Amino acid sequence: MPDKDKEKKQGTNISRRNFLKGVGTGTVAATVAPSVLIGSEKAAEAQTEEAVASATIQLNINGKPYQVEVEARTTLLTVLRDGIDTSGTNIDLTGAKLICDRGECGGCTVMIDGKTVYACMMLAMDAQDKQITTVEGLADGDDLHPVQEAFVQHDALMCGFCTPGFVVSSAALLSENTKPTLEDIKVGLSGNTCRCGTYPFIFDAVKTASRKM
Amino acid sequence: MASWGEASESRLIGKRIPRLSGKDKVTGKAKYTFDINRPGMLYGRILRSEVAHANVVDLDLSEAEAMPGVKAVLPLVEVGRKIRYQGQEIAAVAAETDDIARDAIRRIRVDLEELPSVVTEADAMAENAPQIREDWVGNQSAPNVREEGDINAGFEQAAVEVEATYHAPVQTHVCLETHGHVAEWEDDENLTVWASTQGVFGVRNDLAGRFNLPANQVRVITEHMGGGFGSKFGPGVEGRTAADLARTTGRPVKLMLTRKAEHLVAGNRPSMTQHVRAGATSDGRIIAYDMKGYGTGGISSGAGFQAPYVYHVPNVRAERRNVTVNVGNQRAMRAPGHPQGAFAMDSLMDELAEKLGMNPLEFRRINDPSEVRQAQYTLGAQEIGWHRRNSVPGSGTSVKKHGIGVGSGQWGGGGGDGTQARVTINADGTVEAVTGTQDIGTGIRTAIAIIVAEELGLNPTDITVKVGDSGPGLPSGGSGGSQTTASVAPVIKTAAAAAKQKLFQRVAPQLEAPVEDLRVGNRTIYVVSDRTKTIKWELATGQLGMESISEGGHWDRELRQGGVAGTQFAEVEIDTETGAISVIKIVAVQDCGLAINRLTTESQINGGVIMGLGQALLEERFMDAQTGRMLNANLEDYKVPGTFEIPEIKSIVFDTHRKVTGVGEPPCIPTPGAIANAVYNAIGVRIRSLPITPDKILTALAEKKA
Repeated sequence: MPDKDKEKKQGTNISRRNFLKGVGTGTVAATVAPSVLIGSEKAAEAQTEEAVASATIQLNINGKPYQVEVEARTTLLTVLRDGIDTSGTNIDLTGAKLICDRGECGGCTVMIDGKTVYACMMLAMDAQDKQITTVEGLADGDDLHPVQEAFVQHDALMCGFCTPGFVVSSAALLSENTKPTLEDIKVGLSGNTCRCGTYPFIFDAVKTASRKM
Repeated sequence: MASWGEASESRLIGKRIPRLSGKDKVTGKAKYTFDINRPGMLYGRILRSEVAHANVVDLDLSEAEAMPGVKAVLPLVEVGRKIRYQGQEIAAVAAETDDIARDAIRRIRVDLEELPSVVTEADAMAENAPQIREDWVGNQSAPNVREEGDINAGFEQAAVEVEATYHAPVQTHVCLETHGHVAEWEDDENLTVWASTQGVFGVRNDLAGRFNLPANQVRVITEHMGGGFGSKFGPGVEGRTAADLARTTGRPVKLMLTRKAEHLVAGNRPSMTQHVRAGATSDGRIIAYDMKGYGTGGISSGAGFQAPYVYHVPNVRAERRNVTVNVGNQRAMRAPGHPQGAFAMDSLMDELAEKLGMNPLEFRRINDPSEVRQAQYTLGAQEIGWHRRNSVPGSGTSVKKHGIGVGSGQWGGGGGDGTQARVTINADGTVEAVTGTQDIGTGIRTAIAIIVAEELGLNPTDITVKVGDSGPGLPSGGSGGSQTTASVAPVIKTAAAAAKQKLFQRVAPQLEAPVEDLRVGNRTIYVVSDRTKTIKWELATGQLGMESISEGGHWDRELRQGGVAGTQFAEVEIDTETGAISVIKIVAVQDCGLAINRLTTESQINGGVIMGLGQALLEERFMDAQTGRMLNANLEDYKVPGTFEIPEIKSIVFDTHRKVTGVGEPPCIPTPGAIANAVYNAIGVRIRSLPITPDKILTALAEKKA
């Protein structure tokens, strides 16, 4: 990227540090306020409007830029699923799921610059300046990614709720290791949980996909 | 007589066919209740009690109500009423964003007067325990007693006896999509609800009753749902609350349980403790069985389990009680009462066999009345290499020890009457199958397409299947008891046959043949006695013009059958220095009746085995006895199987007959018993309490040494 563009981009950017700094005073007020302001509207305001400052950031999701207003606490997952672009359109990328809400199950797995990340554990502002790929961005139009094709072929899914996370993790695994052993697959997908018990066919699907890549 | 025909005649039924929803599920397009975003939608959250037993003294919603972005706050408990378990609902909020809703429930003030609670079964049964149910004595239900034969006479004939106590703790369902709903009122009298449910029509009827509406003015939609395992049959407090919040605010409301609430209030598999004394004759017959046991299903009852199980015992006395504790209530969980009963029974079988000096498999052959399982024992033993097991359990000097064990199970799954369906053939040649069942991940959508496509000579992808919607008014039962396929398949088959018949009547004159001589295959209708007489599918349907063919079906009993048997063999490796247990291989031989789709049936078997493995080795709800709080209400401390736990699984679809049977539940039943017996075979020490964890292994090995 040319330096000029870089500067310009940074100019409109908000760093996590500054964002949190700006929010800091409000947060303090909120923790102190309730003891003196219980039940008053001001206390409520302290926590919602002053404490939780918001800012507009740009995110690059599946090759498309989105402008979204976020709070300091807003996670990337919340933006993907519930975020509204400043143009008024719902982002509505609901493939990534909130399941455990604490980085345990991999249901919200997305790729950030090609590496898997739990979107429930990443603040939206930390995803600025990065390429975010969700499960919706893996297929090329109607042409499924080889992992997606193999998942369907092997029935590597049942209820399907964990499937987007497994698909993204599998695609990321194969981009780093095109010929994984069963052990490699187990390690590569160890951050994802399925309750229906689709693992055996997921392992088969990843092996099949690896042969096509 | 209706039949599914011979296997050789089936083009699709019984083959391995990828599920129709596969593409939507791998691309993230599949919309679950959790994914529904309606215009103007609010987010609901519920404040829950952290106290297990308390009187509600005061409830103040005003602070939450005053918060910007909060649109409604509703009390869910009355002042003066009791809280009886952690997680019980106190109040609900609807707000512009989920974050605001979360902030708002923190601003609800509730004053609770804590009462003494009982949390474990032992505490509940202790003398002087606080009595938490007025209708029970000592926090226990009246015993359920089953007596057959004469146990005293039985024990007199016994050459050996075993006396042991087996225990399985409470397990939770861990549906990955938590229980939840999106409720939207079109006007005061028309409600649409997207529900993560196993029973679309059950939710509809419940909500219609609650709001005093004609049932057809409530529409429930479950396009896809993220796991239920028996816990998602009604709207529950959360579903009714979502509808209440939507009515109060006049806006759609999404209310999904948190992961923590899912563990606390959305059901669980009851615990089991059984003290059993059993005897066998010298020629290897179990002759007497005397069991006293109990379990807890939480604040209510429902803690039954199967004992004795599967094997024939002529003289039985079995006494079961429910114990009540201040913990969230049980709900049906995949084969209720069976896996824990099977674990105890199969452990007992091996203990008796050892006392007799018999091979455990031979001992089962003598006592198992099921012909199907007798055949499965032979096949499974071959597949696992039964001869490789330790003839002397625990023998060998290596640090890592291998063992092989066997377990058994049985289930019904024969379906029931009450499903309505329509199969429609349109003039443009498209075909639609509609019914009110729901696809909870088992693949019924695809099974329906296979059945219709087989009947009409088309491909499954040619069939548009509409399920998971009460809108068309074609009811079907809840997906429980492994009943879905056996309830739905006969109705779909007869509806498709009726539609085909109508189309044949239409084209028979042109083909100059009687209707009975017509067949359809490869998108062509032809005359069986003169194959030169044909008409292409689209040409035939094109004559329908504006009138499509739309036929219903009926539940033909001849097309389904209940009663399935299953056997599993497990091989484990145990590190005797660390106690680590690896399951190396499981062979699951599962009687499936006629498997409509062999691929998804194998998925079901794999899934059952893995859930059974979780119960055997990992899963346990931990309660803090002092505070009544669950200590592992999350996904890192409540362990479910992950990639590292998955063994080689050989799922064998064991064909017994060509009638449809459900198979969702049975494959999870034999697994814990098979693994427990394999563990014993490896180390020569019996672990009688699930889950079998490394600490229990090391303790048992240390005790054996001492």
